[in-house]
Amino acid sequence: MPTLPGVHLKDEIAKITHRLRELGLSRQVDRAVWDKIELARHAERPYTLDYIHHMFPGFIELAGDRCFADDAAIVGGLAAYMGRTIMVIGHQKGRDLAARTRRNFGMPRPEGYRKAQRLMLLANKFGIPVFTMIDTPGAYPGVAAEERGQAGAISATLLCMARLDVPIVAVIIGEGGSGGALALGLADRVLMLENSIYSVISPESCAAILWKDSGEAHLAAQTLKLTSSQVAELEVIDAVLPEPRGGAHRDHAGAAHIVKEALEDNLRQLEALHPQKRKQERFAKFRRMGIWRENGLTLF
Amino acid sequence: MAQRVSVNISRRNGAPGDAESCPGCKQLLSAAELKESLNVCPNCGHHFRLGARERVAMLADSGTWEEIAAHLRSADPLEFFDLRPYSERIEEAEYDTGLGEAMIAGTCRIHKMDTVLVVMDFSFMGGSMGSVVGEKFWRAADTAIEYRFPLVAVCASGGARMQEGILSLLQMAKTTCAVDLMSQAPVPFVSILTHPTTGGVLASFATLADVIISEPGALLSFSGPRVIEQTIKESLPDDFGLAESNLSHGQIDMIVPRNQLKDRLVQVLGMLEGGVACALEPLWEEEAGRPGRGGPLAGALGRIKALANAPWRSLKG
Repeated sequence: MPTLPGVHLKDEIAKITHRLRELGLSRQVDRAVWDKIELARHAERPYTLDYIHHMFPGFIELAGDRCFADDAAIVGGLAAYMGRTIMVIGHQKGRDLAARTRRNFGMPRPEGYRKAQRLMLLANKFGIPVFTMIDTPGAYPGVAAEERGQAGAISATLLCMARLDVPIVAVIIGEGGSGGALALGLADRVLMLENSIYSVISPESCAAILWKDSGEAHLAAQTLKLTSSQVAELEVIDAVLPEPRGGAHRDHAGAAHIVKEALEDNLRQLEALHPQKRKQERFAKFRRMGIWRENGLTLF
Repeated sequence: MAQRVSVNISRRNGAPGDAESCPGCKQLLSAAELKESLNVCPNCGHHFRLGARERVAMLADSGTWEEIAAHLRSADPLEFFDLRPYSERIEEAEYDTGLGEAMIAGTCRIHKMDTVLVVMDFSFMGGSMGSVVGEKFWRAADTAIEYRFPLVAVCASGGARMQEGILSLLQMAKTTCAVDLMSQAPVPFVSILTHPTTGGVLASFATLADVIISEPGALLSFSGPRVIEQTIKESLPDDFGLAESNLSHGQIDMIVPRNQLKDRLVQVLGMLEGGVACALEPLWEEEAGRPGRGGPLAGALGRIKALANAPWRSLKG
């Protein structure tokens, strides 16, 4: 390890470790948080297409952004739902290596977000509710993705969701990674499966930036507050959905059943509202996001 | 070709020491010289960063700036602690920059045109967007809608404020909703992207503006160049993510050098208001947005007269 003259790393590390202990954040961090992250990323965890398979008796996948390509990292289409139609859009990771490569590990490029916008507008035209499933490490960081406007594709998707007249329900089913995840998450109801995570940055990247050491990911995970119960406490989501015993990866059908019931419930409540009122509540909810101090008071 | 600018977080606003070497041409520039030229190298045109207060002084007519929501402060909602506590980092940033947050908002007049102006400052924790930035943006948009003023957002940001965790991510959704309210009104919204504008700010309100202007040489990318290099395991093209590359890929409307920014901004706002008498020289004579040319527009400003009753102002309210 390179050192600067006058800097004794050993002493520094000892000092910092001591301070962490004082704050109750020992290096032996609470396993529970990291266990959740591993469950959220579990290779056998049900993905969007698994939920679609178990939740809807029929599904017609629609492809392409009509501009450039079809991004397999986001799937979408029309699903048969309780005798009617629902537009389903979600991130899709691949199960085996070939599928993962084809689906870019669930990391969308701008085309994916533009496809999502196209499908949302289509649903809006015919009064079809929108149901999104969120499960991505993040939007793909690549040169071509940037050149085709990754940032603009995400912001335009957010704006598109803000403007929809139809009800929107979003469920975070695995990894809710950063802006790439949020892009499908500006919804009337945002639900989160018990063992999923929702974070502004992956614990590994956060540790690399703030701790200058990606090995401190456990510590970063602890302090980022990214588990479902912690996110619910910050009033960022509307409800946490319990998973089948042992986690969703042990019982895909059971997990899908839970999501389906929650979708039914929330959709029923949302459809009872006048579209105007529903949109007002959507805006009011996102307007409240954040915690700050004002005149000595802490406000939500 | 534009130069990549290295971002030095430790450099304080408006206090660039006695003499500084220009990253573009290596020429030594005195503090006074830089201040005189709006922090642009007089030799090669390299744009140094400009602090939020200095930006306001540059854009707003003198004595017209009235700050709004100045008293908002971060509440450290996660009690975040990495190598140092977040609260300590905030205090230090306040001390170093004299700002309460990474964004200041207010009303002012720009060439006599009433405007709501929000300005981000990269030296306040990398211009990162947390709860306060989101709330200030919302209140600025509210003000714009209430008074039917256009909103101008000068952006400079490394992205979301990690220390506020998921709450900072949700500021993207919050500011997006604010943009939609402005377009429902409608009031014009123009963003000015400065070096660097990245991550969550670029992927929310910055790219949702009616017109997107950038300063020359600004880095504009969703993911940072280092993250991309690590992912694709190869080095990036020299002009990766720069304003010039973004312009040629169709991601922004124009690049305007700092010394022409105020004039061009007023022209754009005036045109959006529909109240500009057509005293402007024909735009097509100039290669749109390419920097480094004075062009026929340079002296046109004196001839613009924005009318008080712009059509979008009388639509509602």
